[in-house]
Formats: sequence, structure tokens, C-alpha cells
Amino acid sequence: MSVLNHSKKENRKRRLPLYPALILTIILTQIPFVVTLIISTFHWNIMYPKETKFAWFENFKTVVMDDRMRAALKNSITLTFGVVFFSTALGLLLAILLDRKFHGRGIVRTLLITPFLITPVASALMWKHIMFNPMYGILDGFATQIYRLFGGEGVIAWDFVSQHPLVAIAVPMIWQWTPFMMLIILAGLQSQSPDILEAAAVDGANSKQIFIRMTFPHLRQYIQLAVVLGTIYIVQSMDFVFTITQGGPGTDSTIIPYQIYLTMFRKYEYGEAAAAGVIVIILTIILSNFALRLTQDLLESEK
Amino acid sequence: MRKSNNSIRYESRAGSISVTLLTWFLGLLFFFPIFWIGLISVRQEVDAGTFPPKWTAPFTLGNYGEVFTAGAKNFLLNSVIASLLSTIIVLMLAYPAAYALSIKPIKKSKDVLAFFLSTKFLPPIAALLPLYLILQKIHLLDNIFALAVLYIAMNLPLSVWMLRSFLKEIPKDLVEAAELDGASTVKILYKVLAPISMPGIAATALICFIFTWNEFLLAINVTGFGAATAPVYLVGFVTAEGLFFAHLAAVSIVVSLPVVIAGWAAQDKLVRGLSLGAVK
Amino acid sequence: MKSRNRVIAISAVMIASLTTAVLTVPAKAASTINVLMVGNPQMKDLQTLTADNFTADTGIKVNFTVLPENELRDKVTQDVASGAGQYDIVTLGMYDVANWGGTGKIKSLDSLVAADSSWNKADVFPSMIKGLSGADKKLYAAPFYGESSMLMYRADLAKKAGAVIPLHPTWAQVEAAAAKMNDKKNGVAGICLRGLPGWGEQFAPLTTVVNTYGGTWFTKDWKAQVNAKPFVDAVSLYVNLLKKYGEPAPTQAGFTECDNAMAQGKAAMWYDATSATGSIEKASFSKYAGKFAYAYAPTVKTKASGWLWAWAFSIEGASKQEANAWKFISWATSSKYENLVGEKLGWTAVPDGKRASTYANAKYTAAASAYYKVVLGSLQSADPLNPGVQPRPTSGIQFVAIPEFADLGTAVSQEVAKAITGGQTVKAALDKGQKLAEVVAAKYAK
Repeated sequence: MSVLNHSKKENRKRRLPLYPALILTIILTQIPFVVTLIISTFHWNIMYPKETKFAWFENFKTVVMDDRMRAALKNSITLTFGVVFFSTALGLLLAILLDRKFHGRGIVRTLLITPFLITPVASALMWKHIMFNPMYGILDGFATQIYRLFGGEGVIAWDFVSQHPLVAIAVPMIWQWTPFMMLIILAGLQSQSPDILEAAAVDGANSKQIFIRMTFPHLRQYIQLAVVLGTIYIVQSMDFVFTITQGGPGTDSTIIPYQIYLTMFRKYEYGEAAAAGVIVIILTIILSNFALRLTQDLLESEK
Repeated sequence: MRKSNNSIRYESRAGSISVTLLTWFLGLLFFFPIFWIGLISVRQEVDAGTFPPKWTAPFTLGNYGEVFTAGAKNFLLNSVIASLLSTIIVLMLAYPAAYALSIKPIKKSKDVLAFFLSTKFLPPIAALLPLYLILQKIHLLDNIFALAVLYIAMNLPLSVWMLRSFLKEIPKDLVEAAELDGASTVKILYKVLAPISMPGIAATALICFIFTWNEFLLAINVTGFGAATAPVYLVGFVTAEGLFFAHLAAVSIVVSLPVVIAGWAAQDKLVRGLSLGAVK
Repeated sequence: MKSRNRVIAISAVMIASLTTAVLTVPAKAASTINVLMVGNPQMKDLQTLTADNFTADTGIKVNFTVLPENELRDKVTQDVASGAGQYDIVTLGMYDVANWGGTGKIKSLDSLVAADSSWNKADVFPSMIKGLSGADKKLYAAPFYGESSMLMYRADLAKKAGAVIPLHPTWAQVEAAAAKMNDKKNGVAGICLRGLPGWGEQFAPLTTVVNTYGGTWFTKDWKAQVNAKPFVDAVSLYVNLLKKYGEPAPTQAGFTECDNAMAQGKAAMWYDATSATGSIEKASFSKYAGKFAYAYAPTVKTKASGWLWAWAFSIEGASKQEANAWKFISWATSSKYENLVGEKLGWTAVPDGKRASTYANAKYTAAASAYYKVVLGSLQSADPLNPGVQPRPTSGIQFVAIPEFADLGTAVSQEVAKAITGGQTVKAALDKGQKLAEVVAAKYAK
């Protein structure tokens, strides 16, 4: 490695451009973490500030014993896994479809990426009120029209959100994140050398073989990247839960970020919220180690 | 960027038409909710919530008028300041850092990269409380520049990764030649490398712009009137007393439009930018 | 060497400029006040009228932040409790005023009101003054508009179906009328009621039913009563009405959904806030404006059963602009402002329900002739200190004025929602609710 040949001075010079970014990142991410850690050891209810006192690890006990928090953890895992899986699969399909020449390819791609660009809060409100609402949403609205077309009477009022709350949150999230996955995978498809593919075709390989033997292995690292990046953003997103189900019915669709939000803003227990935050950070460190191993692949594969 | 011309036909001509139709269908399906929002944004409230839905209704631009008379300008301006300022500073910080980690990478560059990525795993919700308390202590609540600084922290890690992936494609010889000529690091960065890596810088800027413009959780919690951004303005149109769908549709379009236009205009760069280190 | 220096120099300049940018707090002019509001239509009107009238007259600039109810409440809690003082004036509901009053986090308005004869306290309904005072009897908020609850129905459909709805109906009569007007075939529900979980959604109308059935959340000495017979009977009636004659998918229906159902002709009756008239009687919102008739909140054991609510303005304890803030509040909640709205935006848009003088104004009563008498009567008969058949531990008709009620009411409403969809019986739902209520009661029963 050429790195070894550099003198110490040379090394310092090379490191210098890194420092501003690195130091700012350390300050802005680690200070809040330390503050969270301190708060997590206090009983601190903002409504009863006079009763604030040091509590050792009691908040952690409360959080771990909390049924709602445990339900939230389960839902968070299910939701993140589901959304990442389906948006990656759909994104792969769409990327393959878009990697052909056809009339209006640019327009279709433009249509497909738009959900990713719309402000998520606006998307969430739109899905709740304009799509899903059983009384005036277009989902039941068009279903009713079709039903009436076949001679049905009355209305279809499928209360999708109450019956399948997690699905009702997952669908808009998949809608939002599929374009993101699609873009990454599309970049992978388009970076394939056309010469090699053509050579394979000349050698008599059929399209199915080319895809399985050549395209898919080439895409693997792009898909890994899509999964890692998607997971980072999706696991933290609570706009859709906040807007569409508010975690209900019961605790059927509550997720960790939303539960922390509730602890802070509805229970006013700052200490508990901080403790939950610390637990989440510990869990994500475990998760990120796993994810980083995936990205390590990405780093290793470079020459 | 290279247009894909790997025109290996995976199917016969008849199949090709049906695949094209399927692609078009999926494209329209994904876009339909946005189309519908556009449709009801030019209706009166009384026509916005009809059930079953109607395709046609009297046209009005009244909702858009109200979106602007209610003071959209300040919020949009705040969004512009926060997104542009944070994006520019992120680039100024991330570009040199990416250089240090790419062409002739420093020792432990992989660990540094891993550290940057790992900070993205910290959930913003857990940071919200300390950030609020710190900002309150130093009297920077409701300060647009403070919000911009938080956005810098939010986007810096991803930007370093993205820019690095572009820089490491640049041949090492180019840098070595410049060094032999006695060019300083600054000169190498801004005179030699910047012109070639412009597409990467643009892609990174676009991603930063999208994420900051659309950010809601921090924006609503650490701002008041002075620094509130467009998404905060948007939710103000939801009311528990009275109908609001047509107005909400109009404000959603107004707030999303800058990002949508930027994304549409630069979608080629988006494709490339998002593939990060995976791009060979 | 040179290059390193330059990198250092550039980084230093960047960090320095960033720091200066951050530390340059835009100076706030002395005559500017910040107001936090909910996005209800009356507030939007206030926002449009302020610059040309209040600011033009006084030179005080007003900055508005408008948020939906949930976000508003979270923000108020954060700002008020932490004493950050980002806002001079916050908009609070009656429930929030009851919680914050007396904590020192919002200012008592008594001395300001006493010194401002133009505000004319005597003109404000006594029920409003009671509801917006803390446990210490001091006034903590000035009402912007007030509301009670009443029964709204389509006169044409009632006539067609032969349903009789007296001016003071009982719940039994409402049930009979709902049965007659229910028209599944044409997609018209007999009655629309809020089933959407939330203490302020489902449990606002539902608690008034509980009250008139003789039930209560807590007795005076903090005994939880959530699975007592009157509470169960009331919830059973409500759930049955929804199951038999209610709107489709009732657990997704809150005020907005029922509002839209009435406006689109999808429901024949609606028991909800009196302020709904502002929307269902407005032609650009409602297809059936002018076709509605009004009756008092249905009763069983009590004489009246309407709720009492107000959106009101409070001054934050940390505000340094008390005098200017009051000037604005006094103007926005005055009868002068009501007249301004009447002249400029129409008399049905007036933020009503708080002052007796509103209902003595001939222009207003002419515009609101269909409903103003029922509204006025409901507001006058609502008593936030004594809403049911037994003494209560706190003030509040459709809520219990303790911070824990938001969490409790919402959790129980989730259980009731499950009963509405048939997932469990009403009794089972309320048995669970009782357990939650007992935990809260234990905190206070000392």
C-alpha cells in the first residue's frame, strides 16, 4: 500500500482536510449523546419539576418493563423489515423495467421518482385523508364505483387503517422509498459494461442466463447499499405513524421513535424518554455493526 | 453520465410491448396519488371530499391564493436559507474530507468512513431532547442558522460517503502530477479535482437539499415563528374544525414543488449520486 | 507547508463565519409579539385581519405560528413547561387552561382585565369565565370563541322519514329518529358520531353521554367509575348507535369526517360541537347549507348535556411583552373584533359563543337565525363545575382537568374503538379502562 510510504509529515498533511468535517460531526453527535446519558439517570417529569431527582438506572427498568415499549420494538422491526424488503424488491423490478429502451422512458422515470421527492409530512397527510379515509378516501371511493358498476348497492367502507394498521403505514412508506431503491439499483444496471453483455449474448447465453449469471451478481453490492441506506432512514421515520394511526388501535402500530416521542410529549417523562433513547442507541449500535459488515463488503470490493 | 445502451433484448417484440405497457402502468400508478392531489388542489372544499370521487369539478385557484396570503413566503424563505446554507457548508466540509479518504486514502480511512456512517444510525428522536435543552441554554431556539447547523450534522456523513465515491474514480496520476508541479492541497481540490467531480458534487448537493427541505421533526421542535420552515407551515392547514383537504392539497404542492423540480431536473445525477461507493 | 496553512486558514474562516452566523440572533423589535394558534377557520380569519387593523392601529406587529391541535399541545407543553418563552401568547383549550392555571407557567389575567374596561368582563358568559379559571379562581385565559354541543340534523330527511326530533330530545328519541332516517341503500347514515380514538375526539361527545346517564370518570373523592353501570350503559348506547345506524368505519371518524359526511349528505344527524355551523352552513363547504335544523344535546337524567369548550388566549409566564400581548388579546376577543369579522367576512364567520352581546346583535342573529338560540341556550346551561348528577373532583364537562387525562382518555378510547369494531364487548373494554383509571385515581386519592 502506498500509504505506508508516506512520511509522517505527509500523512499529517493528508489528514488535515478531514478534520473540519470529522470534528464537527463528533461535536454535533456526541454531545447530545452525553446529555441524553445524563438525563436518563434522573426522574424528571416536566409537569412536576420540583420532584426531579437522581434515579440511577430506574428509568431503564421502567422502559424495559413497559408493554407499550416492547410492542413498539416488535412493530419497529416488522415495519422496517417489511418496508425495506418490499421497496427493494419493487425497486429492483422497476429498475429492470426502466433499463430498456421504450417510448417515454424519461417520462416514466420522472413519474416513478416523484414519490421520493414529495415532503413526507405532506405524503402522510395525503395518504391518511385523501387515500385511506373510509368516508371520503379514493381507495374506498373507487372500490365503491366498481362495486356499483356491477350492480352493487350502498358503499364500500373498508376500514383498512383500523384493521391493518401496520400495512396502512407500510404502503405509503413503500411508495415513498421504492424510488430511492430503484435509483440505486438503476445506477448498478447502467454501470454494467454493454460489451461484456453483448459478448455473452454472442456466445449463445440466453437473457435469463445473462441476468442470473452476470447482472445479478453485479447488482448484489448495489442492493446491499440500498438495503443499508434504506434501513437507516426507514427505521427512524415516524411521520407516517404519527399522522396515519397515532400508534393505534391499542399499541398495534406504535413504533420506537413514536413511543419515545409520546414519553416526552404526552407523559412528560424526560428521564424515561432519555433512557429509551439510550436503549435505542445501544440497539442501533448492534444493528449498525451488522450493517457495517455489509458495507465492509462494499469497501473490500474496491481495488 | 453514460446512457444505458446495453440493449440486450430479454424478450420478443410482442413481449416487449406488453412489458412497456406494464412499465407505463406502474409509473402512472405510482404517480396517481400526486396527480389526485393536484386535481383536488384546484377545487372548492365542497368538491374535494365527494364520495365516490368525481373526476371533474369546477376549477378554482382560490386555495393557492389563500396559501400565499396566509404567509407562505416567510416559511419558504426559511426553508431556502436552511437548505442552501446547510448544503453549501456540508459540501465545503465534506469535499476535503472525502479527498482525504479517497484518492490517496489516509490510514484508517475505513474506520473513519465507518464512524461517519455509524452516526447516521443515531435516531434523531433520541437527540431531540438534548438538542432542545442545549439550544434553549445558549438561546438559539428559533434560530434558522442553528437549524442549519443541525442539518449539517444530519447530512455530513452521507455526503462524505457520496463525494468519496466520486473522487476515488479519479485516476491517482492526475493528483500525483499536480503534486509534482508543486500544487497545494487547496489548488488540487479546487482547481484540479473540482471540475472533474462536478457531477458528483451536484448529486450530493441535490440529496442534501431533498433531505433538508423535507425535514420535519427537528424543524417543528426547535423553531418558533422566526425560523419555522415550509413543512411546519404545511401542517398548519390541518384543522380539527372544518374541512381542509383542498387547501392541504394546494399547500402540499407548493411546499413540495422546489424539491420536485430540482429532482426532476437532475434525475440523471440522482441515479448516479445515490449509488455511492458501489459505483465502479 | 503553504498548502497546509491555507487549509487551516480556510477551515478557520469557515468555522468562524459559521459561528458568527449562528450567534447573530436576529434582534426582535420591541413591538413584536409571537402567537401560537390552532389552524381552525376562525384563527385563520384572525390572521388575515390582524395586520390591517390591529397592527395599523397600535404599531404592534404580530407573528403567528399555526399548528394542528396535537402538534400545538406538544409545542405548548414544551415551550411553557421549559419556560423557553418562544411565544408571548399561546392558544389553549379549556382543558389545557385548567392544567396550566396556577402553575405560574401562564400569567393570571385578573389585573389586566380589571384595568381594561373596554374588554367588558361582564359581557363574557359566566360559564366561560369559570371554565377558564384555575383552581385558585383566577382567570388565566381570554376566550376567543366558545362552543357547546348540540344535535344537528337534516330537516328535509327527518320530514321525509317521519322522524320527530323535539327541541330538547332524549337519547331514546334520537335512537328512534336514527332508525327511521338510516338509509343504507342511498349511503345515508342515521347518525354520525365521533368514534376516532382520542380523549378530545371520541370521548368529547361520549363523556357528555356518560354524564347524562349519571356516570362519571371519577367521584369527588377520586374513586374510578369507568366500569360502573351508568358509564357502561352510556357507552353501550353510543356503540350500538354507531353499529346500527352510524357512519361507515366509525373508528376513523372524528369531527372532520362527520363534518364532511353532513356536507356531502352522507349522514342525517350529527351530535357535535356548535361551532360546526361555521362549516356545514357555508355553501363553499357544504352541499346542504340551509337544510339543517338544530336541537339541544340529547339527555337522559340531566336537564342539559351540552359540553363546554373554548379556544382561548393565554400569556406565557416567560413572556416579556405582557402589556402588548394583552392589547392583542383584548382586541381579538372583543365584541369590536366580532363586528369587524361580521362586516368584512360575513356574520356567520364571527368567533361567537363567548359574549352575550353577540346574541343581542341583530345582524348576527339574522345571519345565524337557524341555530343561534340553541347555541346560546346550550352555552348558558353548561356548567363546568357541576356537569352530571354527582359532585366532581375537578372542573370540566367532557374532560377531567388533570394532566393524566389526555393519556387515560386516549387509552380508554382505543379500547372503546375495539368494541365498536366488534373486537370486544363494551364491558370488557371498560373493565380495562377501569384499571387504567384506578392507577390515575390512586395518584390523587390522598
